[in-house]
This record gives sequence, structure tokens and C-alpha cells, in this order.
Amino acid sequence: MTAEGLTAAVDTRSQVAAFERKKRPVIVQWATAVVAIAFLVFVVVGFIQGNINWSTVGQYLFSPAVFEGLLNTVWMTFLAMGIAIVVGTGMAIMRITPNAVLQRVSKFYIWFFRGIPQLLQLYLWYNLALIFPTLGIPGVLSVNTIDIMTPLLATALGLGLCQAAYVAEVVRAGIISVDQGQVEAAESIGMKYSQVLARVVLPQAMRVIIPPVGNYFISMVKLTSLASAIQFSEMLYNVQTIYFVNGQVMELLIVAAFWYLIVITVLTSVQGRIETYFSKGTVRTVTKKKPKNRHKTGA
Amino acid sequence: MRESNDYIVDARNITKDFGDFRALDDVSLQVKQGEVVCILGPSGSGKSTLLRCLNHLERPNEGAVWIDNDLIGYKEENGVLRELSSAALAKQRTKLAMVFQRFNLFGHRTALENVTEGPVQVLGVSQAEAKRKALELLKRVGLSDKAKNYPNALSGGQQQRVAIARALSMEPTVMLFDEPTSALDPELVGEVLHVMKSLAQSGMTMVVVTHEIGFAREVADRIVFMDEGKVVLDDTVTEVLNSTNPRARDFLDAVL
Repeated sequence: MTAEGLTAAVDTRSQVAAFERKKRPVIVQWATAVVAIAFLVFVVVGFIQGNINWSTVGQYLFSPAVFEGLLNTVWMTFLAMGIAIVVGTGMAIMRITPNAVLQRVSKFYIWFFRGIPQLLQLYLWYNLALIFPTLGIPGVLSVNTIDIMTPLLATALGLGLCQAAYVAEVVRAGIISVDQGQVEAAESIGMKYSQVLARVVLPQAMRVIIPPVGNYFISMVKLTSLASAIQFSEMLYNVQTIYFVNGQVMELLIVAAFWYLIVITVLTSVQGRIETYFSKGTVRTVTKKKPKNRHKTGA
Repeated sequence: MRESNDYIVDARNITKDFGDFRALDDVSLQVKQGEVVCILGPSGSGKSTLLRCLNHLERPNEGAVWIDNDLIGYKEENGVLRELSSAALAKQRTKLAMVFQRFNLFGHRTALENVTEGPVQVLGVSQAEAKRKALELLKRVGLSDKAKNYPNALSGGQQQRVAIARALSMEPTVMLFDEPTSALDPELVGEVLHVMKSLAQSGMTMVVVTHEIGFAREVADRIVFMDEGKVVLDDTVTEVLNSTNPRARDFLDAVL
């Protein structure tokens, strides 16, 4: 190609490069939207035409019994997750200590509590009096198990201790994800083991721990409904109590479903905020460029 | 009882095994107040392991280390060495500051917080006092303007200089440098060596594992050359760099 030819080609290409741009057609996306909307309409129409008494739904949505159930569900979620996080973190730390006995205790715990269905665990705690009629310190304190093992305590222990086994594994994974160099740096400035864990390892493990624990939190909201089986007056139990009397099953289940969705929506947004908080130092922040301050090299 | 002596670092007959591999074989090292000792040697020669034995990040299988006449990690009692608690060992470590090859800055803390962490948490200095001192130290390493940055917003050279400031914040008796420039891009090596040089000139006792022969030549009082877990040479800079020892010669000719 001659020099002129080359220049001409370059010129043409410059024109092409400046052409107006058009996005790919979004027909597929439109088609998807149509299907999705059609499906939604089908479901909504079904609910409207179906044998649902919407005024009953409205009547019970803010009723005291439902509200009490909602409060108990939320409060039990926090209680059980509190137990799960404290016990689970403890088990994870036991797992990584050099103490072989503690390691095995932790392994056994996880094996045991992860291996039994939650509902069964609730029944076990609730009926603990069948094995240990009294609890306490021999000769000092003794109480009748049946008096203290209320539905509330049985639910908190049953759900909390079981979830702790899962939390333990997540926390352990988080701890392992922190670079060993961080531990060495902390030790090299004279930190004690407890300080290394609390100030260096766990805060950085949080980034890995928070998303799955957030999921557990959301699961726990729904898991509390299992406690209806041992008469703990959480939301499902309370709406069941109502529909056993008035027979409005679907209406009251819709009321419960509505509140579960509200609670979970709130928790999801809180989870996002907590994740952002613990990601500090890992997300690159844009800093203004400054002229480099070069030093003479010694070599 | 061993009498006290003038050595700030006194490592005697250190042997360290990793499984079947003998990383250190009967190594001794003495460093006086204000001395700068560079440890050279091919990779796998045990340089870093020796350094890590000094502050007990690695526990030697045999031998013992005294820092400023403190027996590290043990208590001497009726002819036996009793292991110290981890808390007591942590206290001893405050005399030894270490700078790592991979910086190991606390990733969840700003440059300033990295430097105040030790004084506040370990030495019990007040937050305000620690901050004042930390800003001074950051100025000393030329990073006053980066105090609020997280480590991931700093270059390797800047991170290593913060790490040096963090080490200095503990007012250590000795500073240990474990290949402090090996993980840096070539154009960033100079700024770190510059800081280390000014530290040496200020009279800091330093043990430096390095491949920077230029730094060793300019700053070191002594060079220790190691190979296969043993100290081959321990002499003045001139003597070591001009040594006719075949193993040292091979290494030096390759890196010079």
C-alpha cells in the first residue's frame, strides 16, 4: 500500500470510529417482562377471585395477638442468634487453640448439634425434665426442670445451640481467611493472644463472617416458627390459635406471611449496612494523586 | 546463672528443625548496642528462620536467645528452662520490633491507627499521646499526608515505611528486618532503604536480612553470611565482600 493509500484508509477509519452508536436490541428483555407480568397478573387475579376474605386479613393484620406474635418472633430471633453467635464464636476459637481437648470438644459439639433436626432438638429441650427432673449445683441450688424449661427457654436453647454449630464453622472459616502475617505482626508488637484475636484477627474475619451470619439471621426469623410445635407464642403459633377458632386459615397465614416479609426486608437492609462497615480497608478508596516524593537510592 | 553481658542480641547455639529439614544448625549470633548487622545468603539458607527465632515467632529446638540480657521465651530455674506463658513472652517481644517482607500492616486500620495500636494496646499509652507520637513517626518516614489512608490505598514502599513507623512506635531495643525490600517494585526500594539508613545513623541496633548488597556495604557494621543453616562468615563488610570462601564467593558473584 502506498503512503497516500494508508492515509486514506486511516481517514476512513477515523470516520467509522466516530459513527453514532446503537445498543443491541432489548427484545429478549421485553419478552421476559411480558412473561413475568403475565405470571404476576395470574397470581394476583387468583388471590383476588379466590376464596379469601380480604377484610379478615385487614382485620387481623394489626390485631394485638398478631402483634404479640410478631414481637415474640423478632425477640426470639435475636435471642437465639445471640446464643448462636456467642457459643459459635467460642467453639470456633476452641477449634483453633493449641489445646487438643478443647479442639475435640468443639468438633463433637458441631457434630452433635448439626446432626439433629431443629424440631427434634426443640422437643428434647422442652422435655428435658424427663431426663433431668431437677437442675442446679448439687447441695447448693436445685430447681425443678419443668418449672424453668418454658417454651421460651426451650426455643432459645434449641434453636440457638443448633445454629451455634453452623456459626462456629463460619467463624472458623473467617479466622482462617485472615493472613498469618497479620498474627505475626500483632505478636511482634507484643500483643497477647486475646488481643491478637480481638483486635486483629476477628475484625478482619468479619468481612467473611458477616454475609453467612446475616443469612442465618434471616433463616432464624423463619425457624422460630418451629417453636409453634412447643406452644411458644410466636407469630405462626398465634395465627394458628386464631384460625383454629375462626377457621379463616388462608387469611391468617397471609397475615403471618406479610409480617415475616416485612421483618426480613428490614433485616436485609441492616445486613447490607453492616457489610459495608466491615469492608473498610478492603474497598479501594480514590485518593488524590500527589507528586511523588522520591528519595535517592542507596544501592 | 549466666552473667549479663554487653550484647543486645545474644543467640547461642540455635538449632531449628521443620520436620526432617534442619533449617538452622547450631547458629550463634551476637550484636552489640548500635550495631547494624546484615545477614546475607542464598534462599533457604536459614536467614529468616534465624531472625524469627530471635523474637520467638519460631521456637528453636535447641539453643537460647537473650535480648538485652532477657532470656527469650523461657525462665531459667535450677538448671532447667521453663517455658514462659504467652503473656510473658508477649511482654518480652516489645523490646524487639520486626519489619516483614510482606509489610503485614493491619488491613482494617489506617496508617495512623497501625502506628498507635501497639502503644495504646500494649504499652498503655493514652490515645492522644500515642497519636501525637505516631504523627511524628509518620513524618519521620515521610508519610505525614498518608495518616488517614488504609494500607490498600498505599504503595508497597509507603506500606513498608508505615510498618517501620509501627515498629518504632514500640521504642524497641532492637529492630529486625526480614527482607524488607524483597516484595517491592524496584523503583520503591530506595525510599525504604533511605528510611532504614537514617535509622542506622540514629544509632538503632538493627539485624537486617537482605539481598541489598549496596545497603549492606554502605550501612552495615558487620555481615553474616549463611548457607545451609550455618553461619559461614561473620566479619566486617570488607572482609566478607572480599572473602575467598568458595560458597560465599559463588553467592556474592551472582548478586554483585
